[in-house]
Amino acid sequence: MAPPMARTLINVPKVARRGALIEIKTLIAHPMESGYRVGTNGQVIPRDIITDFVCLYEGEEIFRARFSPAVAANPFLAFSTIATRSGTIAFRWTGDNGFAASETVTLTVEG
Amino acid sequence: MRRRDFLITSVRLAGGAGLGSVLGAGRAGATAAMMQEAIRQTLGTGPVVPGRVKLGIPPLVENGNTVPVTVTVDSPMTETDHVSAIHVFNEKNPQPYVIGMSLGPRAGRAVVSTRIKLADSQQVIAIAQMSDGSLWSDTVHVIVTIAACVEGNP
Amino acid sequence: MERVALCLALNCALMAAVPAAAAAASMPAAERRSGADVMGPELRAMQDDDAANPAGLWLLDGQALWDRKVGRAAKSCAECHGTVEASMTGVAGRYPALVHGRLVDLEQRINLCRTARQQAPPLAWEGHDLLALSALLARASRGLPISPSASPALRPFLVTGRRIFLRRQGQLNLSCAECHDDNWGRHLGGAVIPQGHPTGYPLYRLEWQSLGSLQRRLRNCMAGMRAEPYPYGAKQAVSLELYLMWRARGMRIDAPAVRP
Repeated sequence: MAPPMARTLINVPKVARRGALIEIKTLIAHPMESGYRVGTNGQVIPRDIITDFVCLYEGEEIFRARFSPAVAANPFLAFSTIATRSGTIAFRWTGDNGFAASETVTLTVEG
Repeated sequence: MRRRDFLITSVRLAGGAGLGSVLGAGRAGATAAMMQEAIRQTLGTGPVVPGRVKLGIPPLVENGNTVPVTVTVDSPMTETDHVSAIHVFNEKNPQPYVIGMSLGPRAGRAVVSTRIKLADSQQVIAIAQMSDGSLWSDTVHVIVTIAACVEGNP
Repeated sequence: MERVALCLALNCALMAAVPAAAAAASMPAAERRSGADVMGPELRAMQDDDAANPAGLWLLDGQALWDRKVGRAAKSCAECHGTVEASMTGVAGRYPALVHGRLVDLEQRINLCRTARQQAPPLAWEGHDLLALSALLARASRGLPISPSASPALRPFLVTGRRIFLRRQGQLNLSCAECHDDNWGRHLGGAVIPQGHPTGYPLYRLEWQSLGSLQRRLRNCMAGMRAEPYPYGAKQAVSLELYLMWRARGMRIDAPAVRP
């Protein structure tokens, strides 16, 4: 049986000093079909996009994005946060046709 | 802007519930007027002042499918003085809204990056909404080149 | 150092066997430019940042596939080869290569292992899994020079590949050489004509919004020229690949690359 497609690539430092700025980069595999393209059969290819992204740091929302069909395929987002305490950073994407994906990483904060 | 308002207006503008899917290839794209209307609907009628925002986007784009964008806003990002949201709009795509992001003092700095689609050469505008409600912007005119060799199926 | 000198000597001998006009027309090393050199800084940054390059999504899958037991033999790639870094560094730059007298490219070589060693069905051309594995292997050669073998046994394939590159074909009666040897750097429509060196394959092409192989790109080129594209894995396609790799010899591999 074929392995499931890797959905996401998350880049967050594993360790950070308390109060330091950390950069977060996320990539997710998704065609982001805009709903404006016409297929080879002359029919419009139906829209199929991720619509929402949210990032929670120890349960508290630190970043949110709303996508339109104009966000490119395999959506990339880079943003930042201040390392406050050790814990979980959670990422969640939702979209058309019941699409949902989530990932969590652990951040260790020293000092 | 309160989070709930941010979500509601961006749902409407992003064509939530598949509004965009019934539009065929022949439909005219957004116009400058539509873009202004979208800005008004998202952010209200307050003045949008050019400044404090830098819209990093290549002035000449090799392929409109994937255009890297970085928005940087000059802000101390403190509890009392920070960027609460960054929105990107365009003039000529089928829809005027591109992406909306909500930030806050926990961000540390107001720098966000993503990749967008541009259907044609056009104006792109990034608007930052501050915690005091003020609106600041940067506008870039982007030239989108088209691939010369028309490709068939893989 | 001696080995390098020997390789160079063999290369010279190989090229001496090719018609003089052909050797003279080959692009001098100093003139060779990668597609990355004509990209804007934003796309170059996308390519060079492992956390931002969309090909990273395929690399993750490739690593999972490398470690997975498959086939009637229930073997993983890792079982025979160890880690990718230890076993595959430098490999991608030497393909297409001869295996039992047959010229195969990297994708075909992966499938030879799949069928013969793992006793698993071959992976589909341009399928996600084959792209993921070839991206993983190509990544292991990033930074190394393209190094086609100097074996004289490759000569007939090289000659075939070069003939295809120079031949006018299709409804537009264009040859590859006309654009990519004679008019690189000039504009065709809004785009700059690249020299067409395969330093970055498999690559994430913005036009595809996906990772794709060199053969896919060649098929697109030929369709663009209004010529009949070769089927995946056709002898001519692999010979053309070999010629392109030879034409780009010594250039740094930047796979998996990003291109417009």
